[in-house]
Amino acid sequence: MLEITNLHASVGDKPILKGLTLSVPAGEIHAIMGPNGAGKSTLSNVLGGKPGYEVTEGSVTFRGEDLLALEPHERAAAGLFLGFQYPVEIPGVSNVQFLREALNAQRKARGQEPLSGGEFLKLAKDKAALLKMDMEMLKRQVNVGFSGGEKKRAEMVQMGILDPAFAVLDETDSGLDIDALRIVGAGINSIMRAPDKAVLLITHYQRLLDVVAPDKVSILAGGRIVETGGPELALRLEAEGYDAVMA
Amino acid sequence: MTTATLPTRRDEAWRYADMDGLKRLGAAALDQWQVIDVPAGENLTRCLVVGSDAPEVQRLRVTLGEGASAAFFVVNRGGDYTRFEVEVRLARAAHFEFGGVTIGGAAVTREFVTQVTHAEPEATSNQIIRAVHWAGATGNFLGEIKVARHAQKTDAAQDFKGLLLEAGASANAVPQLEIFADDVKCAHGATVGELDEQARFYMMARGVDPATAQRLLVQAFIGDAFVALEDEAERERLLDAALAALEGAKL
Repeated sequence: MLEITNLHASVGDKPILKGLTLSVPAGEIHAIMGPNGAGKSTLSNVLGGKPGYEVTEGSVTFRGEDLLALEPHERAAAGLFLGFQYPVEIPGVSNVQFLREALNAQRKARGQEPLSGGEFLKLAKDKAALLKMDMEMLKRQVNVGFSGGEKKRAEMVQMGILDPAFAVLDETDSGLDIDALRIVGAGINSIMRAPDKAVLLITHYQRLLDVVAPDKVSILAGGRIVETGGPELALRLEAEGYDAVMA
Repeated sequence: MTTATLPTRRDEAWRYADMDGLKRLGAAALDQWQVIDVPAGENLTRCLVVGSDAPEVQRLRVTLGEGASAAFFVVNRGGDYTRFEVEVRLARAAHFEFGGVTIGGAAVTREFVTQVTHAEPEATSNQIIRAVHWAGATGNFLGEIKVARHAQKTDAAQDFKGLLLEAGASANAVPQLEIFADDVKCAHGATVGELDEQARFYMMARGVDPATAQRLLVQAFIGDAFVALEDEAERERLLDAALAALEGAKL
């Protein structure tokens, strides 16, 4: 579903990704772990198309299409969801308005009819309930005044509403307490665990992987994937640390 | 009484005006003052969309009686030099509310000029101005607040924010406070910035196209100016009028 080949990317003049190759087929949840500064967030930003990240070499193919040729909103319409490490506050715009605009823009790009206000609210209510989020929160301004955990939960509600084929989740577990972690993990499972979907789950810690249970785990270090294995790789990292495992 | 001659940039209140536009308008137009008296205890609300393809200056002289209130909500989206000016005099415990948006490109100057005189004690005023410009356009707010010697317990506020969508556009804010009473609150603030790129990328990452993302962010930005407007239909009309001017703006 997602094929990354020999990806090189820079921020400013600084090369961060240095020949990253990774393949994530449909039906797979693939965890990416790695030390600070390895390029994990750069990878997710490059996949999302964030301005300021320049791809200097290599390719990314998403469902057979050249992902890097698409604008960020076109990537979303193609089925890509980028879960932000730091979800952005947008004062003056409500979650409901924002997500309805987003969903209908995606539907329009895919040649589907827009959802009416009523249809959208019903969908939003279902997904908010799944993530145990109060519907009142969704009527508030996007992420404004949300705690770190609420922002991450709201990201998952957004993912549920937008129903992407592929999710890149950048440290979705950071800032979550234990209960919220379980809810968010269960949300990822119920929204994204499907034969025709896939997830790239970027995380620092085993604890989210206890809930989500990845099919594969890769270690990203120095801008490249240096090792790929099964779930046991994450357990080894947790026990021994990056230096020992990568040595 | 006629003015006969045009003001010059040396006049503080015309410092950022478009002198060429004024010349085309002619001096006579500057003598047209609309006079509004709001009697004691009464309320007035006006919602206006000003500006056309020709230069335009609208001047209002408002007098508020004791406990009276007046609220003006104005979208200034002229295609040529457009100036909206209010002079207001507040009696005891009166309230003046002003929400203004200048929006547009095409190298045009659009401005609000207010002179709020707190002539008696306990009056309040609140002014919120938002300016959204691109393509070499200029948005101005010249806001003068005068507090008379015995106008104790005056509470006056003005808040200006400019949003420039591209280099070459400009926004000018000139707050002028003249306070002769000692027990008063007068707050003023002015900032000018660009569109929040983080927010724009966040929206696009969710599938919102660039023009819609810009419209949503601009709508949120100018919405502050109409927060005090309770009539929802009127608020929507003003927002729509302002956002329609955004068509064709630099993304």
